Order: sequence, then C-alpha cells, then structure tokens
Amino acid sequence: MSEAAWPWAAAALLGAYHGLDPSMGWLFAVALGLQERRQTRVMSALVPIGAGHLIAIAAAALLIAAARITVSASVIRNAGAAVLVGFGLFRLWRPRAHPRLGGMRVNAWELALWSFVMATAHGAGLMLVPVLLGLPAASAEHAHMGGALHALHGTRALVITQSLGIVLVHTAAMLTVMSALALLVYSWVGLAVLRRAWINLDLIWAGALITAGVLAAII
Amino acid sequence: MELWKPDQTFYPSPTMAMRAPRERLGYVVTFDPESAGHRGNGNSRHDALCVMDLDPNSPTFSQVIGRVEMPGVGDELHHFGWNACSAALCPYAPHPHVERRYLLVPGLRSSRIHIIDTKPDPRNPRIVKVVSAEELAERAGYSRPHTIHCGPDAIYVSALGAPNGDGPGGIFLLDHDSFDVLGRFEVDRGPQFLAYDFWWHLGYDVGITSEWGTPKMIEDGLNPDLLLSNKYGHAIHVWDLRKRKHLQRIDLGPEHQMTLELRPAHDPTRAYGFLGVVVSTKDLTASIWTWYLDQGKWAVRKIIDISPEPADPDQLPPALKPFKAVPPLVTDLVLSLDDKFLYVACWGTGEVRQYDVSDPFNARLTGTARLGGIVARTAHPKSGPLNGAMQMVELSRDGRRLYASNSLYSSWDQQFYPDGINGWVAKLDINPAGGMAVDPNFFVTFKGERPHQIHLEGGDCSSDSYCFP
Repeated sequence: MSEAAWPWAAAALLGAYHGLDPSMGWLFAVALGLQERRQTRVMSALVPIGAGHLIAIAAAALLIAAARITVSASVIRNAGAAVLVGFGLFRLWRPRAHPRLGGMRVNAWELALWSFVMATAHGAGLMLVPVLLGLPAASAEHAHMGGALHALHGTRALVITQSLGIVLVHTAAMLTVMSALALLVYSWVGLAVLRRAWINLDLIWAGALITAGVLAAII
Repeated sequence: MELWKPDQTFYPSPTMAMRAPRERLGYVVTFDPESAGHRGNGNSRHDALCVMDLDPNSPTFSQVIGRVEMPGVGDELHHFGWNACSAALCPYAPHPHVERRYLLVPGLRSSRIHIIDTKPDPRNPRIVKVVSAEELAERAGYSRPHTIHCGPDAIYVSALGAPNGDGPGGIFLLDHDSFDVLGRFEVDRGPQFLAYDFWWHLGYDVGITSEWGTPKMIEDGLNPDLLLSNKYGHAIHVWDLRKRKHLQRIDLGPEHQMTLELRPAHDPTRAYGFLGVVVSTKDLTASIWTWYLDQGKWAVRKIIDISPEPADPDQLPPALKPFKAVPPLVTDLVLSLDDKFLYVACWGTGEVRQYDVSDPFNARLTGTARLGGIVARTAHPKSGPLNGAMQMVELSRDGRRLYASNSLYSSWDQQFYPDGINGWVAKLDINPAGGMAVDPNFFVTFKGERPHQIHLEGGDCSSDSYCFP
C-alpha cells in the first residue's frame, strides 16, 4: 500500500470495526425493529445512529485539523499519544463506564444523541489522531516555514478537506457493516448469535487505543 | 471479572431463556424467628443463605449442601437478587461481559445488604461486602430494602420506608460494579408514598410499583385497625424510567388491601402484567388484576377472585375467629417465561393455583396443588400435617418445576400460624399442557429456621428482564 493510502484504509477499517460492535448501534436498531415488529424500523434507526456517529467523528477530526494548522505536528503527536494511552487504560480500568442515557422509546434526535455520546465515550474520534496525522498534508509545518501565504491557505483547505474525507469514509464503512449486520440478524440469523459471537470488543478496543497511542509516539 | 464472551446465563429473549439448561442448585434465604426484629439477645442464631441440591441425579438431591451465615443477627432475610442478568444485553447500555456472580441479600429489618459471591464454588458462597443501613439512609434516605432487579444501567432495589420507620418508601440504585448506593430513583414521586414491589416494561421505558405499608405499619404484625380502615396500600404507580418521574396512580379501590406482587409480561413488547391483592376487607377474597396500556394510559382490570373457605372458628387463629373463614391471602405470584401460566400462592388456604393467562383478560384455572394451610394443614408425602403454606413460589426457566417455601414474615407468621412454623421447601412438577403435582421425592426441612425467597442457579422466572421479544 502506498504511503498516501494507509490513512484512508485505516479510517475505513476503524469504521468497519465500529459497525461490527453491537454496542455501537446495530443491536439497538434490531431491538427497535423487534419491538415494533417492522423491518423498516431497523433501517430508519440506522440513519440517526450514523448521523450521531458522523458528528462525533467530524467534531474530533475538525479539532485535530485545527490543531494541525496551528500547532506543530510533534506536539499533536505527543499529546495525542498520551491521551490515547490514558483513555485506553481508563477503558481497561472501568470497562462499563458509560453515560446513563437512552431507553427503548427513542425518537430520531435521541438516537442521534445516543450514538454521538457512545462514539465519544468509546474514544472513536480520538482514534483518528494517528490516522489524520498520517495524511501527507501533515507536512503543514513545512508550509509554515516556507512562509508563502497562498501556500498556507492551500494547505489549510487541504487539511480540512482531507479530514472531512476521512470522516466520510469512516462513517460510510461503519454504516455499511452496521446495516448489513442489522438486517442479517433481524431477518435471518436471530439474536441467539449474540451469546456465542459477541466477544469482548471493549477489551480489544482498549488495547487498540493504547497500541495506537504508543505507535503514534514512536513512529 | 471481565469475561471474553457474554455470560452464558444471559439470554436476549425470554423464549431463548426457556431453553436454558436445568438448574442444579437453588439458593434460599432463611431467618431465625427468635431474633427477627431484635439486635441480638445472646442466644440468637444468624440468618443464612442456604444452597439446595436440585440435581435429581445427585446423592444429596433435596438437601441443603451449603450455607453462609450473615455477620449480624435479626436481619430477617427476605427477598434477594443477582448483580447481573439478561438485562445486561439491553441495546442502549450493553455490558454482557459482566458475570452473574453476586447475590445481593438484604435484611428486611436490619437494612443491611449482604453481597455474596457464588464463585468460584457455587456450593460455598462467601460474603464479600456488606452495605450498611447508614450508607443506605445517607445516600438514598431509605431503609428496609426489599425487591431487587438487575437493570440495564444499575441494580434497582425497592425500600419500604424511611430510616425512622415512616414513609415514603421508594426505589434506590446500586452501582453494578462497586455495589455503592448511588441514590434514590425518584426525581418526582408525585402522590406515591407507600412502597413494596416493583418491576418494569423495558420495551416501554415504564416502571410499575406497588404498595404494602410503611415499616411502622407492618413490622409488629398486621394491624387489624389499619386493615379494617383500609389504610394499607391499594394502588399501583406507573413511572417514566428515563425521566424517573411519576406518571400515574391507579387506585384499585380502598377495600383491596395490600397490592403486593407485580409480574409484568416477560416479553418486552407486551404492555401488560399481573398484580395480586392479598385481601378484600369487604369479603376476605383475594384477587388478581391485569394492568395494561390502553391508548397511552395505563389501566387495571380484575381478572380473578379467589374466595375464602368456611372454617370452624375453633380451628382459626384469634384474628380470624369472628370471620368463620380462612382468607386465601394471595402473597406471591410467578409468571412463566412464555407469559402463559401464572402461579398464585394462597398462603392462607395452602393452595397454589395455576392459571392459563395466554389471554391476559381471561384467566383459566388449569391446575391446583395444596400443602399446609391455616386449617387444611395438608401433608407432604414425606411429612405429617404441615404448618405454614406454599408462600414464595419460584419457577424454573423451562417452566417445568416450581419451588415453594412456607414462611411469610416473622410477625405475620405468628398471627396466622400461632403454633409456629417449621420451615420447609417443596417442589411441584408442572405439566407443560397445564396441571401440576407435588413431587413426592423433594422435601427440604429447616430446623428452627424459616425459608423465604428462592432463586435458581443461572436465573429463573423472577430474576431476569429482557429487552428483546
């Protein structure tokens, strides 16, 4: 894979991982479908769930983009690494810490808010730090040093465009996996699969946060 | 402990839980009637959590094979529950990798909550923590903890009243992991004052609570003046679980005294449930009611009346002599996981009735069995005439075995069975097509102690809540 492509692939893979995780939304969509005995409810629930996740990720990505434009890459890298490792350790220490939110009678706004909070509480946006730092325009600091005003403007636009691109790729991958799983489980497989196949993704995710933090610091 | 796969005793739906493996162990709490209500008089015994062998292939089948005593005396252990259950699979707050492991065992008189670890050896549980009455009073303003249900986001516990023995009673929350008291549930309790049982419709974000009396109204026994002036609870309350707000008070009528047990349909899409009324002050009948959602409002309808049985006053305890009859005294209910059969314990007459409630407004009596009773004293094949009667009833997840214990509450035992109660647990075998019979080979006795609630290994028909139909 070329150097320019890996952040995009990583963003898609992370999205697919969130899509796979029952606690990030597809199970909620299935539950709402079963409660109302309508397959269309499964699909209509996925829209606000995707939107909430997208906003959470986009907010994180824009924060990181702003940091890339104003702060040197090495500072972001070290700060990001520290936060990733710290948050990963927290998730290991209190794996069930999450906000008390939600219920089974939720409208689209409440679903979107739930998804936003779940994504944020899992550190989904945080995981984008190493991804976004891996983008070629992370050489923004070179533009600073060059001093050319138009080059700086061009770099800012590029950083923001790239960040939003990453967010869209991430969310699209997540929604694809999430929708496929929700429909598969609702229509064919049934929920008994949860008891066998729901491995502790929270533990894996905590490990991934720590690993990403360590990698971001040393690479 | 974090598990790598979901706890295998969690099931997404009640239908799936019906296919769970058969229970091999049962847990039952016992209390010492001599010390109940006293802070220890030197020769008191400790209340205990006992482990019963329920495996018919085991040489110790139908025996108590394990026992853990509480550190204090006079707790009067009553109801208890698990730290986690199938509600951990609920989609908005899932945490399925927690273990069903700890039993939370409150003392109804001492207000201490004992946290008992059933692992690594489920036959030798150990006390790992005691939540003090002071912590409960400081953080929630409650005392006399009663019903326990593991919820999606916390452990919910009802409490009969305030630390001084008056009201209001209500619900408080315990942290899933630390078992610290998180505080009271109610943000707005509306007109609710009396408390007893609670459960919920997770599919509707709605909770239901029932009414008994404040601690002062019940701890010294059933007060005939309060009863005859209809002062015990006669309503149920509907709550918004998310906003923690009172929604509706539904009054059954003042003569329907003590609206105790609440058994909502296990299927979260079904918006109805069953409640038992102990006694009517009009004619001593007991009744079963269905509550249901009707165009956005909750309502109740009486579906079953159980009549008193005429008796010779000489055979009746003093309080009942003037009535020349035994009231049925419905004190417990259990609903099968498919929401098909409702079991009704009549602690006065010594009868357990099985009703087909597939149509929740049209109950059909499909079976009955008798053991004990105020006058009948029906014997078990392994015993002579029995005192007490089948009271707390618990049903296996497959709906095939019903276990019953014979004590109600120390001071009330004394009024209705003044010659004393010798503790026992019996078992009924259930015909899945309807009907039931006493298992002649299962009879557990407790010397000098009285058993109350029973819970089965891995879960039963009153331990779990489900978010999927």
